[in-house]
Amino acid sequence: MAQNEYTFHQSKVGQTRFDKIFDIFNYVFMSVILLIVLYPLYLIVISSISEPTAVNAGDVIFWPHGLTFEGYQMIFEDESVWRGYANSLLYAALDVALALALVIPAGYALSRKDFVGRNVIMFFVVFTMFFTGGLIPTYLLVQDLNMINTIWALFVPTAVSAFNLIVARTFFQTTIPDELLESAKVDGCSNTRFFLSIVLPLSAPIIAVIALFNAVNQWNSYFPALIYLTDQGLYPLQLVLRNILLANQLAQQTDARLDPTLLAAQRHNAELIKYALIMVASIPMLVLYPFLQRYFVKGMMIGSIKG
Amino acid sequence: MNAKLQTTGSIKRGNVKHAKSVKRKILLKKMKQNWELYLFVLPTLVYFFVFQYIPMYGLQIAFKDYIATDGIWGSPWVGFEHFERFFDSYQFWNLLSNTLLINLYELLFDFPAAIFLALLLNQLTKLRFKKLVQTVTYAPHFISVVVLVGMMALFLSPNNGFINNIIVFFGGDPIYFFGESAWFKPLFILSEIWQTTGWNTVIYLAALTSVSPYLHEAAIMDGANKLQRIRHIDLPSIMPVIMILMILNIGNFMTLGFQKILLMQNDLNIASSAVIQTYVYKTGLLHAQFSYSAAVGLFNNVINFILLLMMNQFARKMKQQSLF
Repeated sequence: MAQNEYTFHQSKVGQTRFDKIFDIFNYVFMSVILLIVLYPLYLIVISSISEPTAVNAGDVIFWPHGLTFEGYQMIFEDESVWRGYANSLLYAALDVALALALVIPAGYALSRKDFVGRNVIMFFVVFTMFFTGGLIPTYLLVQDLNMINTIWALFVPTAVSAFNLIVARTFFQTTIPDELLESAKVDGCSNTRFFLSIVLPLSAPIIAVIALFNAVNQWNSYFPALIYLTDQGLYPLQLVLRNILLANQLAQQTDARLDPTLLAAQRHNAELIKYALIMVASIPMLVLYPFLQRYFVKGMMIGSIKG
Repeated sequence: MNAKLQTTGSIKRGNVKHAKSVKRKILLKKMKQNWELYLFVLPTLVYFFVFQYIPMYGLQIAFKDYIATDGIWGSPWVGFEHFERFFDSYQFWNLLSNTLLINLYELLFDFPAAIFLALLLNQLTKLRFKKLVQTVTYAPHFISVVVLVGMMALFLSPNNGFINNIIVFFGGDPIYFFGESAWFKPLFILSEIWQTTGWNTVIYLAALTSVSPYLHEAAIMDGANKLQRIRHIDLPSIMPVIMILMILNIGNFMTLGFQKILLMQNDLNIASSAVIQTYVYKTGLLHAQFSYSAAVGLFNNVINFILLLMMNQFARKMKQQSLF
């Protein structure tokens, strides 16, 4: 290494021989990472449209084998999957609506420097990031509110988080200039009017951030449904997915150990449907991914400025 | 300007009481002016009170014998009985060591992985390639835990999983990954790295963009190579961010990833996959021992909170960035 310190190339400013080797290694390393991240996802895609026997035999490695859409067809006919899909969409929409209704006005109020008591309120909110009642007391609360086995249990207790509020507050602090408020006040504009006709129209980015954060969280969550729901008609997609992908998986493996031939036919279908199911469940994410990436990064940035 | 200085000076010197009452008057006036803002925050305050603070109040059942018909308030006190029962239970040490080990491994492997990746990503000069790597490595963050564990179950299946096909191809015996305790923790950590590393670089990359280019230019003039510049410029520059994230991570030391653990858990790997939180879920909600499991959960929370405070104190002592 020491000798490299003296090789200074004027042509490529500051590039030492070591740097060139470093760059080569870096690009190779990044390519390997790309492969490691992409391959499992790619494998799901090609397996979902391949003949299950070929998948099971390990023939599906680089491209699909014996193109078939049978798996997707079976999902199309499965009512529980579609009901789960519709339920999840509904829960995500309700979750987002509740979060926005609470977080946007509160976040704005807390961003105002002339709002007396904002620090006390912020402490009251932020404290919950570090200490919570936990699973059992929350469950008992939901029970006391008669929300067990209703759709409310799935999104009401989790819709608004301290993180949401911090992000919204920071956004307003940095985007609404004080002068705007001053001049509006001079013209006799009330706080409500100012919020509705000036702040809200400027809030599109923060609305997008919070909506996407909450929609993705809600879409991906299974645990509240697992503990609060007994009515299968209310199951969100992730819980349906869990029951097919995992509960089935375990039963199958223990059974297969006892008698491998018994469940062969059943397994054929089960395997076929799993890959397709993962695909179907991920479609919304895939479609939204460009927005997700942009606004999630934005949200992280705003959130990390403070707190 | 001069007049203003004089008046504040006279207030300080002269009538402190008067100054206080003036201040209070200004405060009251501001509050009156902004009464609408209180309505803006009111629903959120009520929400946090109900869904965060009532459960904290409900934690008292950890010191009681919860009887459903008597409610939280009416149930009789039993002191530390539930805590003692938990500490004496044969599972206690196993649960505690699993919880601590899984989180320790995360801190040792998962946490530095993102820093490492961010530092290297930052060195990529072809911006389109950099963008591609970012787009691809962020993607797993958006996959749900159910899908992730489902994918693992498919790939690792002993009958026909992709991984076992490779093992068999090279003449090995298929491994029942999900059924062996020894495999649980490595699988958990590896999948965690696969899913979170890319996304976790976001904050580090942002911090790296604010590193002054002059530092790098000066270092280049002095003949420093890329590795030396990473080591002596980039890494120290993002140290405050690393510290903050470390404190936050440790504050969640005993909570992270429990939903994934629950999905990966089965009777065969329970010896190494049982953690405090899955235990709370099982004893509390499946066996309805509310008070006992609330006590176990509280134990977990308190350890978390103490770790957070300790870590914050440590960061302060080291003259690093701290949370509060």
